[in-house]
Amino acid sequence: MAKAAAAKSSTKRKSKRSASERIAQSPFDLPEIPLHQVIDPSGKAVGVLPKTDRALRLRMYRTMQLIRLLDERMMILQRQGRIGFYGACTGQEAAPVGTVAALEDRDWIFPALREGVTMLYRGFDLETYVCQVFGNSGDVLKGRQMPSHYASKSVNVVSWGSCIGTQIPQAVGAAMAAKYKKDDVVAAAFMGDGATSEGDFHTALNFAGVFQVPALFLCQNNHWSISIPTAKQTASRTIAEKAVAYGLPYARVDGNDVLAVYGAVKEARERAARGEGATFLELLTYRIGAHSSSDDPRVYRDEAEVEVWKARDPLARYRKFLIEEGDLSAKEDERQRTELNETVLEAVKRAEARPLPPAESLFDDVYAERPWHLEAQRTELLEHLASHPKKER
Amino acid sequence: MSETTYIEAIRLAMIEEMERDQSVFLIGEDIGHFGGAFKATQGLLERFGKERVVDTPIAEALIMGVSVGAAIRGLRPVAEMQFADFVTCGFSQLVENAGTFHYRLKVSVPMVVRLPSGGGVGGGPYHSRNPEAWFCHAPGLKVVAPATAADAHGLLKSAIRDPDPVVFLEQKWLYRREKGVLQSGDDALVPLGKARVAREGRHLTLVTYANGVPMAVEAADRLRAQGIEIEVIDLRSLAPWDHQTVLASVEKTGRLLVLSEATRTGSFASEVAAHVAELGFESLDAPILRVTAPDAPTPSEKNLEAYFRPNTEKLVDAVSVLMRY
Repeated sequence: MAKAAAAKSSTKRKSKRSASERIAQSPFDLPEIPLHQVIDPSGKAVGVLPKTDRALRLRMYRTMQLIRLLDERMMILQRQGRIGFYGACTGQEAAPVGTVAALEDRDWIFPALREGVTMLYRGFDLETYVCQVFGNSGDVLKGRQMPSHYASKSVNVVSWGSCIGTQIPQAVGAAMAAKYKKDDVVAAAFMGDGATSEGDFHTALNFAGVFQVPALFLCQNNHWSISIPTAKQTASRTIAEKAVAYGLPYARVDGNDVLAVYGAVKEARERAARGEGATFLELLTYRIGAHSSSDDPRVYRDEAEVEVWKARDPLARYRKFLIEEGDLSAKEDERQRTELNETVLEAVKRAEARPLPPAESLFDDVYAERPWHLEAQRTELLEHLASHPKKER
Repeated sequence: MSETTYIEAIRLAMIEEMERDQSVFLIGEDIGHFGGAFKATQGLLERFGKERVVDTPIAEALIMGVSVGAAIRGLRPVAEMQFADFVTCGFSQLVENAGTFHYRLKVSVPMVVRLPSGGGVGGGPYHSRNPEAWFCHAPGLKVVAPATAADAHGLLKSAIRDPDPVVFLEQKWLYRREKGVLQSGDDALVPLGKARVAREGRHLTLVTYANGVPMAVEAADRLRAQGIEIEVIDLRSLAPWDHQTVLASVEKTGRLLVLSEATRTGSFASEVAAHVAELGFESLDAPILRVTAPDAPTPSEKNLEAYFRPNTEKLVDAVSVLMRY
């Protein structure tokens, strides 16, 4: 009876428009998703600021400044041929720092290329961090990953698998485990705008929507996936609206505004902790430099666009804000900058002096225990090296 | 003692391990009320609840990725692919990610991926794959391929307890044909990486695994009547594999025949042949032969598939070639 009534009423509700008119409804007719910003590019507070104390605000600033200086130094080392590869975070420091500051230390981070820097906020030793770029014996990854693929289980930051987007379902799995264990640990997956074209992105968001797991999806839309602009990556107007299809709450955040990022992530984390599931955040930013030390962006993009974004620099903006707020003086800022620069130079100097990992270490950790065939291959290599003593060790 | 089928042995192994260890859970497509494509998980949702028997949307890469993420947080996922062929959709997560995770971060990924493999069911190109060589070629993964009900039971239990990611190849052909008596408790555990001598013999070593084992045993029994004694080695594990048992047998027999249901080029049979050629050359009185499927996709039509697959006749022919040396 009820069914029949429902069927009748649905017939009544049928649109009188033709099929072609219905199809002509465009996603562009939907209201635009507003951009969440609390500090404008001139450093002025323009929105409701998230609750923070001075120590937290300065810790975020210090980390951003450290990352900027470290990236500058590492790009120089790469140009000098002292390291093989580098992927800088320049112009994007606010997104990872605002995020990690809003997370708990026990939360797991699944980074993409530019978010290993979250380790520095969590107090990971700078010299050891730099050792990763050299791939030497001080590197916790023992020279096994390319430079800029930082990770350490000591700070719950996992090693990035460079096949784009694979970290997203992994974060969902970690979140599912947290839900099962009821241990209030959130898994945060970073990705670039390009990763949203990968299947793993869609299956992960879909699963997170269905299972309501405590995950955060943080898309750094930096406008370029190597040489492909976002407009050629997707016909969607925004990345954020992709979350609609998966039933996930979403927001579009000024990714160059560290306090906007902090506030949005804090809120998303609280949702997750309350058992309300995952949130998707598009963090709008810009890659000021090259994708990595292996490309020259002048070949594929207009320098004028870079200039526009340089005026929205996350570090300069935040500095102005902190000075305006009375958190920091220009003098203190300059002193910190000099101090951090010294720290970076010292860390590089000490890291560079470290020996390489021993050759036979490449056979370690493939499995929990070394099986016979790796044992035999290890012996083979050591015998080879013994008969060629001049080979680099 | 009552006999248990190969697939029931798999189901029991999962039940026992889930009862023993709260961190073990199942993940896959239609594994809940439906009980899995082959009913390996029948009744497990009702028994363990939806938190431990996780029916996912249709996305194999997702199942792999979620398993990796859950495993690094200390859970022990047992993932089911409906058919081994579908694991290709999750290749990157399994090969590039699960397989290298411990190397890259020194965090274990104790996951098992169950792959209903092999032909003989008219499944054609998407339901007949023997994908073991891909995974044996991927550092960091372990690969297991049981041929008996007791091994399916004992190896799956060991795989679930193992700290490394394990690719567990189950044989659809054996699911309901193969039966055996299962052990209980720790006696049931079969260690990874250890072969089994299925038939002793002194004239020729026949190395095989999975579906190949019943074919090899049948050929050995048939040839014994003609005075040819074949030693059949069931590898049970392919990565790492038990080369010592194989080399010791070849030293005794002087002849090696390798049987695999997979296609030939770049196969695991080729790895066994190359290894014995390198380390057992002095023992050999004859060339090493391989009996495998040809390098074509599996045809679906039953006569064509019968031509395609190895069988006892093809084995007997290969043995007679080797016995001329």
